[in-house]
Amino acid sequence: MASVTPLHRAPAPEPPALHARAMDNLAFIRDTMEAAGSFTAVSGRGMVAVGIMASTAAVLAAVQRTPIEALYVWLAAAVFAPIVSIWAIVRKASDANIPILSGPGRKFLLSFSPPLVVGALLTFVLYQAAMVAAIPGMWLLLYGTGVVAGGAFSVRVVPVMGLCFMLAGAIALFSPPSWNGWIMGVAFGGLHIGFGAHIARRHGG
Amino acid sequence: MAKHGTARDDEGRGMSGGLRSVRGKSEPKPASGRAHAFDRLIHERLRLGIVSALAVNDSLSFSDLKKLMKTTDGNLSVHARKLEEADYIACSKSFEGRMPKTEYRLTAVGRRALERYLDHMEALIRATRDR
Repeated sequence: MASVTPLHRAPAPEPPALHARAMDNLAFIRDTMEAAGSFTAVSGRGMVAVGIMASTAAVLAAVQRTPIEALYVWLAAAVFAPIVSIWAIVRKASDANIPILSGPGRKFLLSFSPPLVVGALLTFVLYQAAMVAAIPGMWLLLYGTGVVAGGAFSVRVVPVMGLCFMLAGAIALFSPPSWNGWIMGVAFGGLHIGFGAHIARRHGG
Repeated sequence: MAKHGTARDDEGRGMSGGLRSVRGKSEPKPASGRAHAFDRLIHERLRLGIVSALAVNDSLSFSDLKKLMKTTDGNLSVHARKLEEADYIACSKSFEGRMPKTEYRLTAVGRRALERYLDHMEALIRATRDR
């Protein structure tokens, strides 16, 4: 008579520790809230401030004698605007008790900054090549690209604003160079003020 | 986002052999008389997602939730109904033109349940750290 040999089963793997499950659940809740929330890391008030700064730069650039001098005015604005913008974003995140470099803020920053770095490099190249007239269109296009990319993780109005900047950039590229200053004023000034006021009203800060 | 189980999944599956024992074997009685018990109703991933999403919005439509949770109509409606029966969420139906629209919002009972659940998870993590 054949003997019965019991099957040796491999020991079941240890279930994950309770605290690991709990942390996983908390991460899931946070991720869901971020994906569903109407919070945007972008500061509406900061954008309004940047818009006012850009409008002032447009007026100052318009009274310069040469395109190069006008470019310097815009470059000065391009240095100060991010400082104001970052300060406003940090303040908004702090008011909402959200760490600036986690969640929406981090995603926005990671998507928004690469086009700006490309823009800075291309500015230098175009300046060296004496193609200053192409710079405003390139700035608007790349800034819009950054806003659209960053806005993919934000409320819907942010990528819409990015598209408006891209449209303004495309218009600037194919317009007479004498229009560039005004297109930049309307885009960097008007769009920031308009969308910034909307974001501040609808999404806080 | 994690893949969600089907409506028929065991509600305690996520922590089988773990948190399930905290609550005992009896069926949960949502929202009343069990302030310190583990809430299996809200623990299921899709239902936890629905409640979490509604916690940061005044209301969300059925299609918004479906997109957010990456789930099917049938699965979402079954889980939403369970939450509705427990008074965790409220549902309102209306028409937008000719299209029916179902909106969900989190009730005060549901918000308290989510807060209790969060407390519970945090207590578990704290207990492990203190050990």
